[in-house]
Amino acid sequence: MKKTLFEKVWESHIVSPESIDTPAVLYIDTHLIHEVTSPQAFNVLREKGFKVRRPDRTFATMDHSTPTTKPNADGEYQFNGEKEKSQVEQLKTNCNEFGITLFELGDDRQGIVHVVGPEQGITQPGKTIVCGDSHTSTHGAFGALAFGIGTSEVGYTFATQCIPQRKPKTMGIKINGHLSAGVSAKDLILAIIAKIGIGGATGHVIEYFGEAISRMNMDERMTICNMSIEAGARAGMIAPDKTTFDYLEGRPYAPKGKVWQQAIDDWSQLYTDQGAEFDTLIEIEAPEIKPMITFGTNPEMAIPITSIIPERAPRHALAYMGFEPNESMMEKKVDVVFIGSCTNSRITDLREAAAVLKNKKVSPGVRALIVPGSHLVKRQAESEGLDQVFIDAGAEWREPGCSMCLGMNGDIILPGQICVSTSNRNFEGRQGPGGRTLLASPATAAASAVAGKVVDPNTFSKQVVGEVA
Amino acid sequence: MSTTNQNKQTFSREPIKQVEGVAAVIDIENIDTDQIIPAEYLKITNKDGLGEHLFSNWRYFGNSESDRQVNPEFVLNKPETKTARILVAGDNLGCGSSREHAPWALLDFGIQVVVSSSIADIFKNNSVKNGLLPIVVNEDEHQYLLTQNAKQISVDIEKQTISTAEKSFEFQIEPFARFCFLNGMDQLDFLFSQEQQITEFEAQQTVYA
Ligand code: SF4
Repeated sequence: MKKTLFEKVWESHIVSPESIDTPAVLYIDTHLIHEVTSPQAFNVLREKGFKVRRPDRTFATMDHSTPTTKPNADGEYQFNGEKEKSQVEQLKTNCNEFGITLFELGDDRQGIVHVVGPEQGITQPGKTIVCGDSHTSTHGAFGALAFGIGTSEVGYTFATQCIPQRKPKTMGIKINGHLSAGVSAKDLILAIIAKIGIGGATGHVIEYFGEAISRMNMDERMTICNMSIEAGARAGMIAPDKTTFDYLEGRPYAPKGKVWQQAIDDWSQLYTDQGAEFDTLIEIEAPEIKPMITFGTNPEMAIPITSIIPERAPRHALAYMGFEPNESMMEKKVDVVFIGSCTNSRITDLREAAAVLKNKKVSPGVRALIVPGSHLVKRQAESEGLDQVFIDAGAEWREPGCSMCLGMNGDIILPGQICVSTSNRNFEGRQGPGGRTLLASPATAAASAVAGKVVDPNTFSKQVVGEVA
Repeated sequence: MSTTNQNKQTFSREPIKQVEGVAAVIDIENIDTDQIIPAEYLKITNKDGLGEHLFSNWRYFGNSESDRQVNPEFVLNKPETKTARILVAGDNLGCGSSREHAPWALLDFGIQVVVSSSIADIFKNNSVKNGLLPIVVNEDEHQYLLTQNAKQISVDIEKQTISTAEKSFEFQIEPFARFCFLNGMDQLDFLFSQEQQITEFEAQQTVYA
């Protein structure tokens, strides 16, 4: 039987097969948790006197409600409010009580859950991974089957290390050729979502493959898989290869020594067999992709930066954004720029932003916030001097966390403000009530910060040299 | 690592066989869970009081809880639909964030059934587990139901029908979800019944760490 990558991982985790009457019971190798979607599940455990079945396979970090400012002189963190503080404290209490490894504030390993899992080598090919967070799809970049669950299923995973699942359908997305210079993984995934639609992959697990994907580094592959959920997919996957193995080798939780070799042998079997069929197959021509930006209130409302807002754009979305059909996005005034989130807060994203910001200034009147995905990313960036590039440009260099991606920690944009953001959701009010989000790549965000308006990062760099001189 | 567990089957909920009530229609596509319940209201460690904040971006004017005023035009604020038990929404309902606070907020408000032409996977999963029934209907039925604002609708889970005063349609529901609704079974009980298989699975598995 020819099998897809998804089918190989799925089948190797079936505890009981599905029937007409009951879903399959799927074993979960790794359970990642954070402070927002776990407390109610812990409450149930406590009420019923249950234990966590596999605390050794459960890892916790704090990221959504955490401040991105440094602790004060007494080492106290300045939370946005009591609720945020108590949510974070609750996670600590829960992890202590149930014996779960926690990367807490102050720990070098703390950061956004989808940055931390891969970085620690917890995320591995062939694993099943769940988290009470829709962007768990990120981890599929390693050839894992990784998906977001709700708090009930967080509880199920605590109690049984399994969840009930019907087998999803498969969608293959083949990217032919390679991306042009100055076009990033973020532009590609925005173009894919614009093409298939925000509900286009509902009920499916996507596998991305083809030349452009093979050439990508792991950070870029994670950006792609991260946004699979924005097309409605259960998960996104990419077959592991040498790039994957090189990334994982030597990471704290990655296998070592003899076991490492055995792991690589096993992981090398994780690919879609020649002749295996997807329920749906889509092809994308990479050379046709241009730098993208969103104009509306969900991620499918994306266009090349240089084109105009389509005539058929939903009116309620344009009304919220304050835009008109047939208008150009270029030159739109920008109030805030956010570079961060589990989509684009890794070291290569920061390098991309720094390359644009080097020896330039953020436009007066623009607030630019740069938030690394984890402490390790932050430290790496600082060792390369990127922090100084950002600070010299007049941007804020912050402590790691989700920050302005969803504004739970108080990092928000104000009503009516326009923010070019490297995050993944431009939903109404996502970055703060009344705020308006334009999703884009780190290069576009950085260039727009300097210009004070939406610009194409490629043509912009030439312009600015002239302006600054 | 010991895998013995004292976890036992102790869950049950009220069986739900039928839901009858007024329908509220929000004819907007791609309603995301950030709209159903904004992040501001996820800072809790329990499930209490979320109904008050359901659709708060649309239900209230003002950008914070302290200065907000009721938007009298929003469907869930209107006298004839504020007691709605059935929500009919545009295509691709519940996309985005996995927050289970979305079904919690709908249920706390009094909504027991959501209907659309497609419903996002995680939201659908989360709904079922809390006794909120997600119903997916075809295009024609959807168009018709979108005209039923403030009308009485009844849903029979056993017969898998959704009916107005004029019409009745059959709908499909995943058989296990239906069983759980009709019998008041929590899905966790089903997983607990697999304890032995889980232990056997773990024993034969190769794990790299
Ligand atoms: S960065 Fe944004 S999308 Fe990612 S986990 Fe945090 S809140 Fe969710």
